[in-house]
Amino acid sequence: MAGNSFGNLFGQSPIRPIQEHMEKAHSAAVLLIDYFDAVLASDWEQAKATQKQISKLESDADKLKKHIRLNLPKSLFLPVPRSDLLDLVGMQDKIANCAKDIAGIMLGRKMEIPVKIAPIMTEYVKEAVATSAQALKAIYEMDELLATGFRGREVKLVEGLIKELNRLENNNDKLQVKVRAQLFKLEKDLPPVDVMFLYKVIDWVGELADLAQKVGSRLQRLIAS
Amino acid sequence: MSIIAEHGQILLIMACAFGFFMAWGVGANDVANAMGTSVGSRALTIKQAILIAMVFEFAGAYLAGGEVTATIRKGILDPAYLSDSPELLVYGMMAALLAAGTWLLIASMMGWPVSTTHSIVGALVGFAAVGIGVDAVNWGKVGTIVASWVVSPVMAGTISFGLFMSVQKLILNTDKPFRNAKKYVPVYMFAVGFMIAMVTLLKGLKHLGVEIDLGFSSKFANALPVAAVIGVVVALIGKIFLNRIQEDFIPVSGSRFDNVEKVFAILMIFTACAMAFAHGSNDVANAVGPLAAIVSVIGSGGDIAAKSPLPAWVLLLGGAGIVLGLATYGFKVMATIGKKITELTPSRGFAAELAAATTVVLASATGLPISTTHTLVGAVLGVGLARGIGALNLRVVSNIFMSWVITLPAGAGLAILFFFTFKGMFS
Repeated sequence: MAGNSFGNLFGQSPIRPIQEHMEKAHSAAVLLIDYFDAVLASDWEQAKATQKQISKLESDADKLKKHIRLNLPKSLFLPVPRSDLLDLVGMQDKIANCAKDIAGIMLGRKMEIPVKIAPIMTEYVKEAVATSAQALKAIYEMDELLATGFRGREVKLVEGLIKELNRLENNNDKLQVKVRAQLFKLEKDLPPVDVMFLYKVIDWVGELADLAQKVGSRLQRLIAS
Repeated sequence: MSIIAEHGQILLIMACAFGFFMAWGVGANDVANAMGTSVGSRALTIKQAILIAMVFEFAGAYLAGGEVTATIRKGILDPAYLSDSPELLVYGMMAALLAAGTWLLIASMMGWPVSTTHSIVGALVGFAAVGIGVDAVNWGKVGTIVASWVVSPVMAGTISFGLFMSVQKLILNTDKPFRNAKKYVPVYMFAVGFMIAMVTLLKGLKHLGVEIDLGFSSKFANALPVAAVIGVVVALIGKIFLNRIQEDFIPVSGSRFDNVEKVFAILMIFTACAMAFAHGSNDVANAVGPLAAIVSVIGSGGDIAAKSPLPAWVLLLGGAGIVLGLATYGFKVMATIGKKITELTPSRGFAAELAAATTVVLASATGLPISTTHTLVGAVLGVGLARGIGALNLRVVSNIFMSWVITLPAGAGLAILFFFTFKGMFS
């Protein structure tokens, strides 16, 4: 007996796949810490291996994103607006893309990070990854949000997590200013084109934190809807 | 008259075979829907679900199924039109059974979401209107039945919405959800016991010849305290089970409500019983009702108006058919459904089950044959409206509507075909 009406009533909940997707995106971002360590040690073998891993995770995330989109037809009845969910996944995906771009450009140009800005640069990357970790933490709360029907106490809890996410992103912004300032002091002694690309990498790391924050704000929009 | 005297034996055997066939179909498909929620949410294993189904389907059919059986037997068509030719009623009821059973088999093989109730009602109306005459159909009653098909899912949805909202308010959305779950879940258990006891007392015991009189003015007032006591007993039994559950440590990746769900899983055992009871009270009658009519006509030698009680063996036959259906095919369907509805956690599944069971039992008490599956679908949508389910496939709802439109004429058409075949065979 081919299908069954009652069983077919239940579609695949997008929540678990969305969480898995964020896990993938975040683990790509986490690898940036190892990657920067390898770059700072000028260990290009190691850097290349790590870049490959990041690239793999990004492509996994892409596949998951496609899967989620394909499994969210308009005929599904969801507890939250479908467009908001798709938006959220899109934003999560950009985190992985951003990590891949950073690793790619640094490997391609064999970029050296001046020793003087190395400590603050490492801190800056770590802060950005922490922002992404906080976004993942908030996304993990989606099960509980569903259990409580996206209202009440659980909403307050998630709002608290998002607040912390915003604080982390803000920290990251401040660090970015410092990194830029330090690089500015050194830039006249460095090859101009390299400096240009260093600024670009600094921008992108900042963008990663920014994207993590945006994941949080998409989640907030889901709750508010 | 002579036909019944001459072929009574053969007709009876055929009717039993068709009734058994239909009951098998109900067991193979319908029961799986009723019990699938409990299996899917892991509150019960398939074996446990089948065991509960066997016991409570039977109890439901026996204790609360009388009204619906009566409706199917003599509510839809006017026996007055048939007093001169009782054999037509026998042919018709046989045709209706065979038609509904066949249609169910076809639909199940094609994967269409049809309802046993709709098939049998369509078949009865079909043979009566065409085989006997349009006036032979009690259209007022048919209108009420059809209206109840719309009302029942809406009602179940409303109840489940309310139940789930109450769970959120009292348990999930609080400081200590686990403690509150242990505190409030027995209240829901009380509701399950009370509701079933009430319906049994008001509608069931009459058939068994038992009367409880506590000296209150009405039957309702008499039943109230008895049902309340039964409800308390059920809640106490539940409490014993609940005391065994301890709050476990939950890993970071798990949901903080995992412990709470364990409490609701216990509750789901009770609602599963209620669901099987409700299903028995309504759907077994679909198979047993026509058979009961045939047995009564043949038993009285052609007297349609005779008020004979429902013989116990007819119910046994229906029950046996369902059990066999479950054992031969139902467990497979149950496993399939169980896999599909894992998203329905116990805290939500219980709301859907209890709402559907309540609606079905109430309908059974008023003698309205409704579709258990459709009622359950309505109840699940109610939980969905309370934003409790990850994703629901609305296309199924339109499929159900389409199957409605097809099932009634299909059941009717098949019944007409079989009716004239039987008529030709025996006269």
